[in-house]
Amino acid sequence: MRNFSRAVLLCCAALGTLLAGPERGTAQEFADHRYTSEAIEAGSRIYVADCALCHGRGGGDVDGVDIRRGVFRTVSSDEDLRRIITTGVDRGRMPAFDLQPFELDGVVAYIRAGFDPNGVAVKVGDAARGQAIFQGAGDCASCHRVNGQGPLTAPDLSEIGAIRNPAALQRTLLDPSAALLPINRPIRAVTRSGETIRGRRLNEDTYSVQLIDSEERLRSLVKADLVEYEVSETPIMEPTTLSADQVADVIGYLLSLRGLP
Amino acid sequence: MNTVQRTRLTGLALKGLLAFGPALLLAPLHIDAQVDSDRIVNSADEPENWLTYNGSYSSQRYSGLTQITAVNVTDLESKWVIQNQVFGAWQSNPIVVDGIMYVTQRPNDVMAVDPVTGRVFWVYRYDNSPNARVCCGANNRGVAILDDKVFMGTLDAHLVAVDATNGQLLWDTEVGDVNAAYSITMAPLVVKDKVLVGVGGGEFGIRGFVAAYDADTGEEAWRFYTIPGPGEPGHDSWEGDDWEHGGAPVWVTGSYDADLNLVYWGVGNPGPDWNPGQRPGDNLYSDSAIALDADTGELVWHFQFTPNDGYDYDSVQVPILVDIEWNGELRRLMLWANRNGYFYVLDRVTGEFLTGTPFVKVNWSSGLEESGRPIPTPQPAGSPTWPGNQGGTNWYPPAFSPSTELFYFSAWEDYASIYRPAESAFSPGRAFLGGGFDVLTPVPGAPSPGIGRTTPINNWTDVTGHGTVMAWDPRTGQTRWRYEQFDVSDGGMLTTASDLLFTGGREGHFHALDAQTGELLWRASLGGQIVMAPVTFMVDGEQYISVISGNTLVTFGLRD
Repeated sequence: MRNFSRAVLLCCAALGTLLAGPERGTAQEFADHRYTSEAIEAGSRIYVADCALCHGRGGGDVDGVDIRRGVFRTVSSDEDLRRIITTGVDRGRMPAFDLQPFELDGVVAYIRAGFDPNGVAVKVGDAARGQAIFQGAGDCASCHRVNGQGPLTAPDLSEIGAIRNPAALQRTLLDPSAALLPINRPIRAVTRSGETIRGRRLNEDTYSVQLIDSEERLRSLVKADLVEYEVSETPIMEPTTLSADQVADVIGYLLSLRGLP
Repeated sequence: MNTVQRTRLTGLALKGLLAFGPALLLAPLHIDAQVDSDRIVNSADEPENWLTYNGSYSSQRYSGLTQITAVNVTDLESKWVIQNQVFGAWQSNPIVVDGIMYVTQRPNDVMAVDPVTGRVFWVYRYDNSPNARVCCGANNRGVAILDDKVFMGTLDAHLVAVDATNGQLLWDTEVGDVNAAYSITMAPLVVKDKVLVGVGGGEFGIRGFVAAYDADTGEEAWRFYTIPGPGEPGHDSWEGDDWEHGGAPVWVTGSYDADLNLVYWGVGNPGPDWNPGQRPGDNLYSDSAIALDADTGELVWHFQFTPNDGYDYDSVQVPILVDIEWNGELRRLMLWANRNGYFYVLDRVTGEFLTGTPFVKVNWSSGLEESGRPIPTPQPAGSPTWPGNQGGTNWYPPAFSPSTELFYFSAWEDYASIYRPAESAFSPGRAFLGGGFDVLTPVPGAPSPGIGRTTPINNWTDVTGHGTVMAWDPRTGQTRWRYEQFDVSDGGMLTTASDLLFTGGREGHFHALDAQTGELLWRASLGGQIVMAPVTFMVDGEQYISVISGNTLVTFGLRD
């Protein structure tokens, strides 16, 4: 048992280099170039001056809204954001703000950069187009399940828009191995009887591991009964070959997935 | 045999009874069961009792009981459980005195329990002020006993004495100002005729202290501030008025050497926690071991582990006192696995530093000077610091076995944090943190281990930290053996004269390991996090082991 866990630790030591590595060019490439770093920086000042009073510095002080993470009640696209800031909502509960176009750009840019003044704004596209890509050219639906439809082996995405911000979603699409949560790492185990089991890890402790196998069955394996046990850092998902605009649309669709109302 | 008889058995009487055979057990006995300080000094003479938080004044958590052995440990079975009705990490350490167990439950209830059946004699409930503030949960780690009184510190920083027989409140003394966020979570330490206690509040800008109270009246006998005031030695390790709200709490029970008449305490972090630049200087006596005269509270020596700490490396570990041969000479030593990742050996007569060795990866310091002072190597902004914020180890009690001469403790390995220092304004009773930190994870925003386990799913996994029971040889500065777990562990240690080591962890596994080799001899899956050390005791000739897992106190004994 202890040999197993040591093996896993050794293989994970490589993560240090991954963390220390330079920023990936892909993030720049897929950035929303309407929004410059100057715009993001300007937006941070406007946000603090005009928005933070109600929404809070972290963007989560209004019920049902978490601006930094891209969680809104009614809006989705950048255009929606511009409109709601300009016109207000809920009969004055959120007032209309008279901002110059570059100021408006700045606030949206700051939001899309995840409130990081030094960050990169993530392009968020059209959810309807994104859904079509998700189910078609993107080949996402062949592994991921949404609202009860699709396979169970990859993580269910029905609520992904409520738990991931645009930057994290973009990272997953462009570089899945840099975004793979440790718990979701693929497992390969060989039992004493010679059965090879592959699947996605659901839980683990010192003596056992729980997973969903490639046949979509829930399995619980006692480590002492295994002759081989490997945890891979490489996800089954590969980096997307979609265009920047298509990725933006898929992000728009994923952000719209918030589970049951 | 009825319970009243059992409650009146002293250790000495029990041994006498065993010598005369079981017939005498039927005779009614009314032997005075008063616990004086001398009984605690000589606790090794009555291993059937667990008289104080750490089992003895030397805090070794080593029991002389040998009925449970490596051979029969697989015959352990659950005898009874108590379910705590208040949820949250149950960190209490039971004491067992002459056939009665005293244990606290959240937030500040004392229970007297029959340790054979688990049935409760009485419950004393303390009503805390609604203004009580603690950083890290409504914890209480247990009681102390002296004569016929049981003592408990409270979340609103009071010390109370209750009658050991009926749970009636006898006195209630304010130790610290609840509105300034003083609190007490530790089990008090009784020495002679006094009750000693320290205060928590290191995240709220308190000025820490240890104080002693007359056990009969609750009147304060002495108070030692862990931050020296103007004119006192060490005051110049602070600038301006930083000392007034510099933290340095004392929130874990200390140790006592009766021959030297010294009490030893570990002192917690300076405040604000993560912004050392805001409080220039060494910030004495934060992150230090202190030795105080037990009668007067006067400081006799100190040793600071982490000057000007920016990592929350509280030195609130239990000071373990051992008398062992050191370089050919029998010496009075203090052994200390520190939250900062170094294992220290100190001379407990003088405080002299003898040696210090990292037991986990350490990069906040490149080593220790000859004096034991660390050579600081602060990491660049955004880079990880090892060990991380919860430390290489923490408050959970270690153990030392005079039989194996090994020191046992829970270490967090492969665990680092990225610190974000920021200016904090001090306001009495409010959080005073100086920024924050993130645990190093392989993916931004991925789950990471926190202060306790709140979910049955370990979605942070071992890549963000895992727990190891270390059997440390203080002479070689190396582990003799290691027992790795997948999750991090806050499990304390219990070792016995039959060379067993009992401990648990966040996964809810309760382990019996061979204290010599680390071999797993027996385990039970108890389901909830184990965040305190087990204790052992004997009643009516049967050895028991109690451990708290989640919200359940389980007592094991050998199968009938």
